[in-house]
Amino acid sequence: MTKLLKSRELLLSGIIILMVAGFATRAEGFAEPGNLANIFNDTAILIMLALAQMTVILTKSIDLSVAANLAFTGMAVAMTNAAFPDLPLLVLIVMALGIGAFLGSINGFLVWVLQIPPIVVTLGTLTIYRGMAFVLSGGSWVNAHQMTPTFLNVPRTVLLGLPVLSWVAILVVIGMGFLLTRTPFGRSAYASGGNPVAAVYAGIDIGRTRFFAFVLSGAMAGLCSYLWVSRYAVAYVDIANGFELDSVAACVIGGISIAGGIGSVAGAVLGSLFLGVIKNALPVIGISPFAQMAISGIVIILAVVFNARAEAKKGRIILRDRASAEVTA
Amino acid sequence: MSQPQTTSQPGAPRRAIPDRLGTPVGRMLSSWEVLLFGVAVAIFIANSLASPYFLDAWNLSDATFNFTEKAMIAFAMALLIIAGEIDLSVAAIIALASTAMGAAAQVGIGTPGLVLIGIGTGLACGAFNGMLVSVLKLPSIVVTIGTMSLFRGISYIVLGDKAYGGYPDSFAYFGQGYLVWVFSFEFGLFLLTAAVFAVLLHATNFGRQVFVIGNNEFAARFSGVPVERVKFTLFLLTGLMSGIAAVCLTSRLGSTRPSIAQGWELEVVTMVVLGGVSILGGAGTIAGVVIAAFVMGLVTFGLGLLNVPGIVMSIFVGLLLIVTIALPILARRIRQASRS
Repeated sequence: MTKLLKSRELLLSGIIILMVAGFATRAEGFAEPGNLANIFNDTAILIMLALAQMTVILTKSIDLSVAANLAFTGMAVAMTNAAFPDLPLLVLIVMALGIGAFLGSINGFLVWVLQIPPIVVTLGTLTIYRGMAFVLSGGSWVNAHQMTPTFLNVPRTVLLGLPVLSWVAILVVIGMGFLLTRTPFGRSAYASGGNPVAAVYAGIDIGRTRFFAFVLSGAMAGLCSYLWVSRYAVAYVDIANGFELDSVAACVIGGISIAGGIGSVAGAVLGSLFLGVIKNALPVIGISPFAQMAISGIVIILAVVFNARAEAKKGRIILRDRASAEVTA
Repeated sequence: MSQPQTTSQPGAPRRAIPDRLGTPVGRMLSSWEVLLFGVAVAIFIANSLASPYFLDAWNLSDATFNFTEKAMIAFAMALLIIAGEIDLSVAAIIALASTAMGAAAQVGIGTPGLVLIGIGTGLACGAFNGMLVSVLKLPSIVVTIGTMSLFRGISYIVLGDKAYGGYPDSFAYFGQGYLVWVFSFEFGLFLLTAAVFAVLLHATNFGRQVFVIGNNEFAARFSGVPVERVKFTLFLLTGLMSGIAAVCLTSRLGSTRPSIAQGWELEVVTMVVLGGVSILGGAGTIAGVVIAAFVMGLVTFGLGLLNVPGIVMSIFVGLLLIVTIALPILARRIRQASRS
């Protein structure tokens, strides 16, 4: 299985390299390190959200409220910054993490304690959180001139050749890699999605694992909310509209099974980069940016087909189906 | 949609069998549909007290446009969810069907042709979803997230930031015409489709097969239910209803933008779940969905009369979704706790 996963990630890296090389023949300088660093910086937020989404999906759940959480928390942080310019940035970041984690814990609570299917919970909270962003702001925008220079500049400061935003993403990737493969929580996440019944017998509290996956996803959305607002220097109700689907798409492309239990950090990162490269290449090679949505759609469908094949090859379908049928019944 | 409801004790029986079923009247009174009907009546009374403009035949008739198109899709979606699948691409199908009709209207195709094109596009999209789910055996929730991007994405490629208009005058009837007095064509179509789907789900072999698949797909296969064919038909039906909704909506608005019906998938699913259809599959009624449609229509219309902005209404819709699912679970919990 490790071999298959490895080949999967190798394949995806190969496709991304081929794409970059192909685009470079059409547009000079596309493959230059400077531009590639730009693409990475552009994709940084998607990478972080995809990793959080992946953790949730591993536990056989889904979090459709990440983008709405980002919009609400981003609005709250931007308004606080506008109202109290003297507040240190660290306080704002902690506040973003806290609000995000709290909103995530509401999802987690409903899934864990009330056992409502995650898709229903997060469909509901998606509309609620974005509605709350409107209630909070009254529909008005927070613009660049209302934000303090520190608030705006920190993620763009270049350190060792890369902006801080990129470094944050790299740290998150390393941290998530450690969390998912080297800690009890990470292993519980894989186990509770891979085979919930076996996980329960192994003494894993599935509900609690899901709860913490949602809290993590919320906290990540909170962190990204500050980075997003500061990067685009504006906060309004509709920021990151539909971004939850991008995060799911990145996971699906990266080979993370929507049925839970299967996936790797490298897959999620590569899936995000795949989308990031396409997004950055379209205007460069003269395709209307309006085509991006349809292309993501096709890529998602192809990736799901591919995933299904890869998972089917894995082993004894009959046993797996029996097990899942028993769980559902 | 294969999200299993894991219990903390895997050995325990998953469905408790009650000792007594209670009296038929008692069971009927405690049914979801009756509860929901009570909620609808309460909202109706609250609305008529809150706003003097509410109790007016023409205002109420206008209010029905809030839900008729969504409800038509919700009937098909209810069957799909009962069978354990879901279609998140319905709103994107509306966008694509509306774009196709708009493009056809530009080259001078008449009203009958436009309707055929709209419904045909819906059917084609439904067939595409159905093929991916039933032939390639892919999970419908991701597939339809993908086709949602694809269908609406095609609309964006065709239209970009432009809009189609210039529909023939006779085309306006579907969304703006009235059958008699205040009863709109759309409301009539809503009642008709409700009746058709109620019969299909509750009084035909096909309907029984839908329930069987949702309750135990494994057993359904062993019982000779053509699972794949039923699922394909359900996606086709959902596509058909989205196509019909696209005709009505496009006719009502008189123009097409790629962002048409944005976010409707959510409201349709909310309507279905609010109607008492189990999101895990296997249970639900069309009557429940009809009442849920009225509840949602009355809530949004009432809030609209009170000048509540649309996005704030969506908070109520989201809360309604979560609370209506959480309440029965909490009630069952409390009942079980008091028994033991």
